[in-house]
Amino acid sequence: MRLLSKTIRETGATLLVWGTATSITIPFLWLIGDLLWHGWPQLSLNFVLALPHNAGREGGIGPILVSTGLIVSVCMVVALPIGLGTALFLSEYTRNNHMYGRLIRGSLDVLAGVPSIVFGLFGNAFFCQTLGLGFSILSGGLTLACMVLPILIRTVEESFRAISQDQRLSAAALGISKRATILLILFPAAIPGLLVGCILGLGRAMAETAALIFTSGYVDRMPESLMDSGRALSIHIYDLAMNVAGGNPNAYTTALVLVGLLLTINLFASWIADKWTTLNQLPT
Amino acid sequence: MDYAESTPDIRQAQDHSPAIQSWPPYQSTQLCCEPTAHIRAKNLSIAYHKHSVLQNVDLEINKGCITALVGPSGCGKTSFLMSINRLTDLIPTCRVSGQLHMNEVDILAPTTNLLLLRRQIGMIFQKPTVFPFTIKKNLEIPLREHGIHPKTSLASTIETALQQVGLWDEVKDRLNHPAQALSGGQQQRLCLARALVLAPQILLLDEPCSALDPISSGVVEDLIVSLRGQYSVVIVTHNLAQARRISDHVALFWSVDGVGQLIETGSAQHMFESPQHELTAAYISGARG
Repeated sequence: MRLLSKTIRETGATLLVWGTATSITIPFLWLIGDLLWHGWPQLSLNFVLALPHNAGREGGIGPILVSTGLIVSVCMVVALPIGLGTALFLSEYTRNNHMYGRLIRGSLDVLAGVPSIVFGLFGNAFFCQTLGLGFSILSGGLTLACMVLPILIRTVEESFRAISQDQRLSAAALGISKRATILLILFPAAIPGLLVGCILGLGRAMAETAALIFTSGYVDRMPESLMDSGRALSIHIYDLAMNVAGGNPNAYTTALVLVGLLLTINLFASWIADKWTTLNQLPT
Repeated sequence: MDYAESTPDIRQAQDHSPAIQSWPPYQSTQLCCEPTAHIRAKNLSIAYHKHSVLQNVDLEINKGCITALVGPSGCGKTSFLMSINRLTDLIPTCRVSGQLHMNEVDILAPTTNLLLLRRQIGMIFQKPTVFPFTIKKNLEIPLREHGIHPKTSLASTIETALQQVGLWDEVKDRLNHPAQALSGGQQQRLCLARALVLAPQILLLDEPCSALDPISSGVVEDLIVSLRGQYSVVIVTHNLAQARRISDHVALFWSVDGVGQLIETGSAQHMFESPQHELTAAYISGARG
């Protein structure tokens, strides 16, 4: 009898764990399935390259893809060096209990929790108005850079911290300077972590809507410079779904392109990180 | 105590010489180390967070000799070793006071060029610490960093260093393979080659065999013995049999009231056969520690 009730409890626990895992998987599959179902029929090379017509109901997303690429590029070009420098400062030049280091980490944690709409308003006030950049791809990219910096810095810092202290000690014991240790030993060893940080930042930047509405604007023309306003994929989806009657089919297809891009970047980054690790640890 | 019985004579097979029956095997031949001090520590004290770990150490390390630092854990042996190449500087709360000289160079002087000092004093750690790159790159990095990169002779410098540690024949066909794919003993020998490639005068070895299997440990030990006369070697070891087999001089450290002190120092023969201090006698015989 006792054995039976124990079996029931075990089975119950197993079912519960499987159930929770399934409840996570089902919405994900549903979402992807729904996007494919509604978005796939319109997807073609022409859709990816063409200009949007009739407020986006017809035509494609060529300029929107270009604007998104430019905004994300500006964001990463600005965020990467600052992020890498700050992460190096935190992991290699400050101790855990260092006052300034603690201040920076605290600020980053607060910034990571700030809603994106607040970043949007800040970007609008600072980049668009105070610096006079107006609604532009540059303003949007810079605002996104502020937004992804906290997550980028913390991930890269962790990847530097994950490198064994023995490596630093043995480099110092060989009379190798700190600068060279960072450049020649720590940096190559931290590449996989660096990539993960970039991908997390890139993912957040590409999927961002609220921060861009106030900074890079709505214009769906092909941008001619970084000072032009440009519409990002996520804003295009938002606009088609909420403001344009009959825009749903193209909204679905655009969302499919966005999710496809994010998944591709993710897979590519894992592949590179994997390749890098294998290259350094196993015979080639 | 009969040393000949207690120490496995691993050199017997190597030397192709008649079995050495009496202890010590190496001191039965002529000593190749000089009786001149290469490193002199006077009143040396080390503290972490104001907590003293080593106090008033007076010790001379002779040129070309193998000096073993023995004693139980936590008595400041490794701290002493790390103060010689100023790696203690990397520990923010560590304070070293007293006098420490290498020949005429004041090691503890604030003006001492640490990169040059560490080039002359190589160090090997308990765990092999190869860099996560190829075997070749592991040796190239220190060479290039110190501006020793003769383009024509880089390959031959690397070959010489690998031959010196007996690794050349094992790795000559896979110099471009990751160093981490080597076995533990091979990695430790690569670390030694990486230190030797800079032509140091002194080698600090912090329990270099303790993380290795007995066979690899024997190979590394033979290697250390082969360095006698060319380098001044300071080795921290918990393996008394090893200290007995390889060292010319022994220094016993002990923790007295939580503070490390140098209890006794002298030639290996003196320390193992007629120790003066009762702690040494007890430690050597296995009654303490």
